[in-house]
Amino acid sequence: MFELLGTTLPSRLLLGTAQYPSPAILADAVKASGTSVVTVSLRREMAGGRAGEKFWSLIRSLGVRILPNTAGCHSVKEAVTTAKMARDVFGTSWIKLEVIGNHDTLQPDVFGLVEAARILCEDGFDVFPYTTDDLVVAERLLEGGCKVLMPWCAPIGSALGPVNVMALRSMRGHLPGVPLIVDAGLGRPSHAANVMELGFDAVLLNTAVARAADPVGMARAFGKAVDAGREAFSSGMLEPRDVAVPSTPTIGRAVFS
Amino acid sequence: MKLLVNGEAHEVAANTLAELLAALDYEGDWLATAVNSDLVHKANRAEFRLSDGDRIEILSPMQGG
Repeated sequence: MFELLGTTLPSRLLLGTAQYPSPAILADAVKASGTSVVTVSLRREMAGGRAGEKFWSLIRSLGVRILPNTAGCHSVKEAVTTAKMARDVFGTSWIKLEVIGNHDTLQPDVFGLVEAARILCEDGFDVFPYTTDDLVVAERLLEGGCKVLMPWCAPIGSALGPVNVMALRSMRGHLPGVPLIVDAGLGRPSHAANVMELGFDAVLLNTAVARAADPVGMARAFGKAVDAGREAFSSGMLEPRDVAVPSTPTIGRAVFS
Repeated sequence: MKLLVNGEAHEVAANTLAELLAALDYEGDWLATAVNSDLVHKANRAEFRLSDGDRIEILSPMQGG
């Protein structure tokens, strides 16, 4: 169980809904992962079109909580308006706030992010900011009213896993009471277990599951990895040592010469 | 009235946002609307009067990460 903004969630895995081979595989992957939160977006609907209705109907049938995003927004104004439109449709104050600053790396524009987060928090949103692993930006987001942070561990869709463990460790250490969700860059279940072992509260991922050869199997694997990493963190891990230490007792061993 | 709807030019006889949606065959409670980059709540579409040259965005739920 995971307590997030006053809501108890059964899983520490949050899952994206894009890029699956089919709606049926998306639905099966969501179930297999054990997640109770999925991300969705808003896009232009064609006149007379019902694409949105079909997708929305599928998501509602899964009985999961919705975390709408502002993906693709490159300005504060775009992100704020998209967030408000999402609240109007989805009926939730939760918003995954993305303000993209670079087309190639999809790196957040952290200056715009802080500004947009402040505006939305003042308007009653629960802002989940997609941010970098920069500690000072994290502190500015918290000052702006954010109650949860979502640092990347590598660029979106890169599957690189945690490329700057020191920064992630530093953020976790400096912000002990803040829910931290690693969002973006995870490629393998071991990456998810790795950041969970560092003490992060949850992970959000999409591409690594959706583009796997078997998305349903991969969703299940990520669910297990997240649980394993969290339980390892909670159980107290050994620190690495530069010397060998025998695990079998040396006292009482036989002497044959 | 000339309007820009989801990036495309339209010549529509509609006074309000609700009338525009009906004229272009948009329907459903899953739609989100904005005029000139500002949200127009679902509940306010019937009263929201359009002006020549307005830019309208009509969005619906889609897959996202």
